[in-house]
Amino acid sequence: MSGRVAQAWGLLPEYLAWHVLLSASALVLGLLISLPLAVAASRSARLRWPVLAFAGLIQTIPSLALLALFYPLLLALSALSQNVFGQGFSALGFLPSLLALTLYSMLPILRTGTAGILGVDPAVREAADGVGMTPRQRLFQVELPLAMPVIMAGVRTAAVWTIGAATLSTPVGQTSLGNYIFAGLQTENWVFVLFGCAASAALAMTVDQLLGLIETGAARRKRGLMITGAALLVVGVLAALTPLAALGKPSSYVVGAKNFSEQYILAEVMAERLERSGAHVSRKEDLGSAVAYRALAAGELDVYVDYSGTLWTNVLKREDNPGRAQVLAELTAELKKRDGVVVLGSLGFENAYAFAMRADRAKALGIVSLADLARQAPRLTLGSDLEFLSRPEWKAVDAAYDFNFKKERSFQPTFMYRALSGGEADVISAFSSDGRISADKLVVLTDPKGALPPYDAVILISPKRAGDERLLAALRPLIGSISVEAMRSANYAVDRDQGKVSPAEAARALHP
Amino acid sequence: MTQPAIELIGIEKRYAGHEALARVSLEIPAGQFVALVGASGSGKTTLLKTINRLIVPDAGQVRVAGEDTTGVPAHQLRRRIGYVFQEIGLFPHLSIAENIAITPKLLGWERARMTGRVDELLDLVALPREVASRAPSELSGGQRQRVGVARALAAEPKIMLMDEPFGALDPLTRDALGTDYRALHEKLGLTTVMVTHDMTEAVLLADRIVVLEGGSIVADGRPGELLASTDNPEVRALLEAPRRQAERLRQRLEAAQ
Repeated sequence: MSGRVAQAWGLLPEYLAWHVLLSASALVLGLLISLPLAVAASRSARLRWPVLAFAGLIQTIPSLALLALFYPLLLALSALSQNVFGQGFSALGFLPSLLALTLYSMLPILRTGTAGILGVDPAVREAADGVGMTPRQRLFQVELPLAMPVIMAGVRTAAVWTIGAATLSTPVGQTSLGNYIFAGLQTENWVFVLFGCAASAALAMTVDQLLGLIETGAARRKRGLMITGAALLVVGVLAALTPLAALGKPSSYVVGAKNFSEQYILAEVMAERLERSGAHVSRKEDLGSAVAYRALAAGELDVYVDYSGTLWTNVLKREDNPGRAQVLAELTAELKKRDGVVVLGSLGFENAYAFAMRADRAKALGIVSLADLARQAPRLTLGSDLEFLSRPEWKAVDAAYDFNFKKERSFQPTFMYRALSGGEADVISAFSSDGRISADKLVVLTDPKGALPPYDAVILISPKRAGDERLLAALRPLIGSISVEAMRSANYAVDRDQGKVSPAEAARALHP
Repeated sequence: MTQPAIELIGIEKRYAGHEALARVSLEIPAGQFVALVGASGSGKTTLLKTINRLIVPDAGQVRVAGEDTTGVPAHQLRRRIGYVFQEIGLFPHLSIAENIAITPKLLGWERARMTGRVDELLDLVALPREVASRAPSELSGGQRQRVGVARALAAEPKIMLMDEPFGALDPLTRDALGTDYRALHEKLGLTTVMVTHDMTEAVLLADRIVVLEGGSIVADGRPGELLASTDNPEVRALLEAPRRQAERLRQRLEAAQ
C-alpha cells in the first residue's frame, strides 16, 4: 500500500504541472473569448439569446464526449493544413483538450458577464454618458468594475468545472491528474484512483479560494485583497509548472496503449526495448480504441499493439472470416496500402473470444473442442459476459456448431469466473489471454471449424517510422516471442487482488 | 446682438408612433434660468436631453453657443455641459473626490488642478472637505445631490441641464438646495435649463417658465407675465395652483394661532 502511495507521489509533479497548464490555459482562453462576447451580448438583445443558448448547448454535451469529438475534427483540420500550408499539427493531446475545456469554461463567464453588465444601475450608466465618457470609457471605467464581483463568481465556477473536466483529457492523450484515475480504474489500483480524485479536488478548492479572494476584493473595493489573490494564483501556477521545464527533453518515440492492463504491459515492453537501444521514449496511455489507430496513422503515435480481429472489423469493415493466417496477411497488405501503416508481425498470442471450462469437468465429460461441446450442450449451462451473446462472434460460432445449451446466463466478468468455479456455469466465454485462465486452471476449447475470428496481437508502426531501422530492429525480436501462457501470467500479476505489481514490473518477465 | 446660449429649431421626436416632441423651437439667451414645466409625458425631459444629445432628435437642429451639436462628438459636447438628474447616478466604486473630478480627468487635467478644483467645489456646494475621501453610500440624499451638482460644475461648464434635480429630496433639503443653486447660477454666470413638474419650484427659481403639453410649447414667459399671456385653461390651472396653495397655507396657519 505505502509503495503505491509513494509511486503516486512520484508522479505528482508531472501530472499536476500538465493539469495546471491545461486548465489555466483553457480558463484564460475562455475568459478572452467570453468577456468580449458577454459585453456584446449585454449590448444587443438579438445577440444575447443565441450566444447564451449556444453556450448552454455545449454544456449539455458530456465533457468526455466533447473532448473525444475534438480529436477527429482536429485531425481533419490538420490534414487540411498539411495540404494547404504543407504543415500539419498534432491532433492528439494538448490541443483537443484545450479547445474542449475552453468551450466548457465559457458558459458561466458568459452568463455572469452578461448579467453583471446588464445589472449596472441605469442611473449610473446615464451619469457616465452625462459626464462625457465615450462608450469605451464607460465600459472600462464604470460597467466592468461594477460587474466585477458578479463576473468573478462566474470565473470561479468556470475554474472549478475546468479543473474537474481536465481529468478527462487523459483518454485523448494529454497527461493530467486523470492519469491516476484512468490507470487506477483499469488495474483496480484504488490508491491511484483516490489519489487522483483528491489531488484534483484539492487543486480545484485552492484555485476557488484564491479567486474568491479576488471576488471579495472586487465586491468590497479592496485593491489589496485583489492583488494578493491574483499574485498567489500567478505564483502557484508558475510553481506548478516548473517540473515541465525540467521535463523538457525531447522524446524521439511515442509508444501508445489502449485502456487495459495487457496494453499497458505491452507498451512497457516495447518502450523498454527502445530505451535500451538508447532512444528517448514517451508513452501515451489510456487511448480510446478508435483513437489509437487514427493517431498512429496520423503519425502521433509511433507504435502500439492492436488485435487483428479488431482491425479487420473496425478499420477494414470486413465481416467474413477467412482464417487466422489469411486475416493477418490481408491486414498487412491492406493497412500498408490504405494508410501506410506497417504491421510488423504478431507477438505470438491471441486475445480472442474463447470458451473455457474447469479442467476436471472438461476431462470428466471428455470435452476438448467446440465440436465436443456442441454434442454435450443440452446438458450444460453457458455463462457469458454481458455483451457476448449479442456480438457477431457468438452468432458466427453458434451458426458453425449449432449449440443448444440447457441454459444461457450473463454475468459481470468477475462473477462469471466465480460461477464457473462454483459450478453454476459449465462453460464460459473468456478472453484467451486473461490471467484468470491460468490462475483458475481452466482449459480453452479448440475451434476445429475456425469459427471464432482471430485476435492476434500485432505490433503496428506509424507510416513515418516505416523505414526507421533503429525502431524496427529494437522491436523485431518481440515477434512470435510472447506465448499466450506468458501473457496470461503477466496480466494476472497486474490484475490480481493480492500482491499486484505495476505494468512495468510485469513487462520484465516478457522480454525475450 | 449677442449669441443665444442654446437654440432648439424645429425639434421632432417620435417613439413607436407616439409623438414626443412636435416641431419644438426654443431660444435661450446666455445667463437665463429656464424652467421646463409640464405633466408626465409632456416631452419636457426629452427636450432637455436633446440639448446634450442623450436623445438624438428625428428632425430639427440643436445649436449650443451658435454651433450645430451634430458637428462634434457627443462625449465632447457633454464635457462642456453640466448634467444633473433626479437619480444622481454617483459612481459607487469611486470616492466623492473621484466622482467630482471625473470630467476634468476625462479632459486630462493635471492632478494638482483637479485636487484644488474638488476642494473649491465642495466649498461651493456647502459640503465639508472631509467627505472627499468617502464613498457615495456614506452620504445622505441631500449631500449626494450636492455632490451631483459639484460633479456637473467640475469642468467649468457655461450651461447646466437639470432633470428634476431635487425631486427625490425632503422639502427642507429641497428648498435649501434650490436656493443655494440659484445663488450659484448667479455667481458663476451660468445658463440653466431645469425640468420640473413642480410649478412652485419653477416660479421660485426660474427667470422664465416654458410649459409643455403633448410635445408642444403652450406657454412661455417670465413668472409674472405668464398668467396674462395665456388663456389655455390647463396652463392657467397649473399656474394658479401655487398661488392657491400659498393662500390656503397662510389661512390655515393663521387660523391655528
